[in-house]
Amino acid sequence: MCIMVARSRLPSKFDGESPSVGRCNREEPMPKLTIDGKEIEVAPGSTVLQACEEAGAEIPRFCYHERLSIAGNCRMCLVEMERSPKPIASCAMPAGDGMVIHTNTPQVKKAREGVLEFLLINHPLDCPICDQGGECDLQDETMAYGRGKNRFDENKRAVTEKNMGPLVKTIMTRCIHCTRCIRFSEEVAGTTELGAIYRGENMQITTFLEQAMESELQGNVIDLCPVGALTSKPYAFNARPWELAKTESIDVMDAVGSNIRIDTRGRQVMRILPRNHDDVNEEWISDKTRFAYDGLLKSRLDRPYVKKDGTLVEASWVEAFAAINTGLAGLDGTQIAGLVGDLNELEGMYAFRELLKGLGATRIEARQSGAAYDVSNRASYLFNSGIAGIEEADFCLLVGTNPRHEATIVNARILKSTRHRGLKVSNIGPAHDLTYPVEQAGDDAAILADILAGKHSLADRLQAAKRPMIIVGEGALARQDGAHILKAVHDIAETFGLITEDWNGFNVLPTAASRVGALDLGLVAPGGVRGILDDAKAGTVKAAFLLGVDEIDSSALQDCFTVYIGSHGDHGVRHADVVLPAAAYTEKSGLYINMEGRVQMGERANFPPGDAREDWTIFRALSDVLGKTLPFDSFDALRAALYKELPHLMDIDSLPKAAWGDFGEPGDIARGPIALPIHDFYQTNPIARASDTMAECSALKRSKGEATGTHG
Amino acid sequence: MLEVTKSGGPFRFSDENQDEVKAIIAKYPEGRQRSAVMPLLYLAQRQNEGWVSREAIEHIAELLSVPKIQVIEVATFYTMYNLKPIGRHHVQLCGTTPCWLRGSDEVMRACTDMGLEKGKSTEDGLFHLTEVECLGACCNAPMVQINDDFYEDLTYESTKAILEALKRGETPKPGPQKDRQFSAPEGGPTVLRDMMSADAAKE
Repeated sequence: MCIMVARSRLPSKFDGESPSVGRCNREEPMPKLTIDGKEIEVAPGSTVLQACEEAGAEIPRFCYHERLSIAGNCRMCLVEMERSPKPIASCAMPAGDGMVIHTNTPQVKKAREGVLEFLLINHPLDCPICDQGGECDLQDETMAYGRGKNRFDENKRAVTEKNMGPLVKTIMTRCIHCTRCIRFSEEVAGTTELGAIYRGENMQITTFLEQAMESELQGNVIDLCPVGALTSKPYAFNARPWELAKTESIDVMDAVGSNIRIDTRGRQVMRILPRNHDDVNEEWISDKTRFAYDGLLKSRLDRPYVKKDGTLVEASWVEAFAAINTGLAGLDGTQIAGLVGDLNELEGMYAFRELLKGLGATRIEARQSGAAYDVSNRASYLFNSGIAGIEEADFCLLVGTNPRHEATIVNARILKSTRHRGLKVSNIGPAHDLTYPVEQAGDDAAILADILAGKHSLADRLQAAKRPMIIVGEGALARQDGAHILKAVHDIAETFGLITEDWNGFNVLPTAASRVGALDLGLVAPGGVRGILDDAKAGTVKAAFLLGVDEIDSSALQDCFTVYIGSHGDHGVRHADVVLPAAAYTEKSGLYINMEGRVQMGERANFPPGDAREDWTIFRALSDVLGKTLPFDSFDALRAALYKELPHLMDIDSLPKAAWGDFGEPGDIARGPIALPIHDFYQTNPIARASDTMAECSALKRSKGEATGTHG
Repeated sequence: MLEVTKSGGPFRFSDENQDEVKAIIAKYPEGRQRSAVMPLLYLAQRQNEGWVSREAIEHIAELLSVPKIQVIEVATFYTMYNLKPIGRHHVQLCGTTPCWLRGSDEVMRACTDMGLEKGKSTEDGLFHLTEVECLGACCNAPMVQINDDFYEDLTYESTKAILEALKRGETPKPGPQKDRQFSAPEGGPTVLRDMMSADAAKE
């Protein structure tokens, strides 16, 4: 089994220090060591491996991973230390003052050759049929440090495949027992589903009785696996890494704005991988982000449709635009409303808003979840502490949110903070397994009023905490009294010291990638989505434009002239009169603002199918037909106009500090439970609903839920 | 493939063992209760006719708030936890060098002649034979351990006699199967005989 060394010495990725060196404690002296004749000072608590990296010496490794605890079992990182009779495992050896390390001596070369030769004894030589081929640590390091020949003539060990669910494919004969996946499942995913059974040569990595993994982060073990033992099931045998075009972009499955790399071959997205961003997603992405891409091929709108005699029939763009022109004839602006969905980039939403404004419409609404956001103050709808800021907090109060489903990456960050920084978490709202210990305060929104009055024990907890934070979910804000809840949390934040010079502990957790951007654009209307739908039913709203709006009950729009602009034939097109095919998120460049208010730029990786077009071009062309031509002819001109209105968009990838102010509506909070916005993590948007992989995960989760339900 | 047999019924520690469970858990400092996993698995094995069922593993995981996979890691790592039902008499035959030199092959032959097979239980459910490494009774080699008792100084005949006695439902006398006291010399003491006879005279 693995030797667990120095868990507490887990390198911190927190305050912008060099990623390879641990957190600096000023009281301890910095150890000074000599690496390959070069003197170097490193932060106390660093390991020899980190020091070597700092000194520019490359140390090969399999089991060591900078975001996981140290195992020290692959032995690939052996280096020579003077006055030590044998080579040392640099990943597990603390850097000490006066050490003299050599990384390029014949002894080190021999040690590496030996370790590799032993690892390859049982590793099959099936690289030509292995999905890891071309991006395999073992392959690369064997090329770089191996001896080129194997002296082992006996039979190799064979291990049966393990079932780990629909996402992770296993070829366990290839496993070299680095235990990265086990450590990930315990330390980052928090679900502790993987383990090593048996021992010695018979050791096998598996889940408990080969049950499917339940974590929403399980796809990351594919990236962590240094060999081809754990690979992506949906991507199996689909492509070789060198055939793929790599585009760096931003994810839209939740409001985290995970940094992703979209790998395409020709027009097709082949897979999605995480990119490292220490302050956002570290190097993890959720399974929805990683695996929903097959939804980009299914249920796509690839040409315009116009309703004729009650059914949608294929049409050309000219016909579709003409139908819109006819449908809007005689309507004035007050009868036209616009709704904005969850996955949109800022440029598209801006062009949409300008088009509708040109038509005289004033009711443009983006709060699809019904949350009572207040756009008068930017701090009122942002995750003000920042995702990385969770590691600074010592007490976290969740209000009506299940971050595991609403923002998986944020949940992983809370787990990390509970494990390494002693963060304590309390929850107001339905109880859920969040993978870390949570003190359940009760499922009753009125507790907030009690806290404010100082009558609840949570008041003392908030008071006692040095850096308390509150995370309010859309579940709480979408209640009838959502605005009152917002006000109550605002007041709690002020009363209990959540707002200081260098700390803002007031956080909102939006569920949609476009939410913060849309609120920055001011896309709110009195009465919200509910008001617009009611008016549509009553007949005062006669025309509605839906920009990728699929999470509403569209039956209210039955008698209303409805134009749907979006990428998928989902709930939104059900009662549409005209359907305009648009690009999905991988098919357009655009700016996204994540929950922290961080502006990030996504790049186009492939082209939309058929006649589908990027959103802004649709609105630009339509504006011409409607005689309200929009004042931009190119994407750059559009961006320039957008930047002029919202100059903060030019500040790419920085954590904003929103000015604090007053927001929300004072009022009573009704006693009663809080309904959470997400019931099925795998089915939250049209892309995920079109994805077979996500459908499989969702079905598995449901069947498990039923099983545990009956088993009590 | 991991094989953990289901017992078919729920597992709980018997009333007598409940106190034992509490005592075992109390041995570990606050927050380190998961350390009790090994003694609890052993206790479960004793209670459950010599093997640990899947239900027992799940029960212990729940009892200690440890993920199930971690309990199974422990249970599969150690060879002395049996993960499927075994015969009533677990014959652990030592085949390490001292026993081997003193004739453990003959002991093994006796076992095979009695229908025992290495790593398997007999069909009547009476015996289960495993070959183990040194059990620390080399001075009385060759030896076997049957359940909690050591049977030492074995020969083909004495081994067979023990197994036959067990088969008849008797309890053969544990310890050396030769004329000697523990690991004292055969045929009585060879030194300090005067003292021994003086002691005998006093009595």
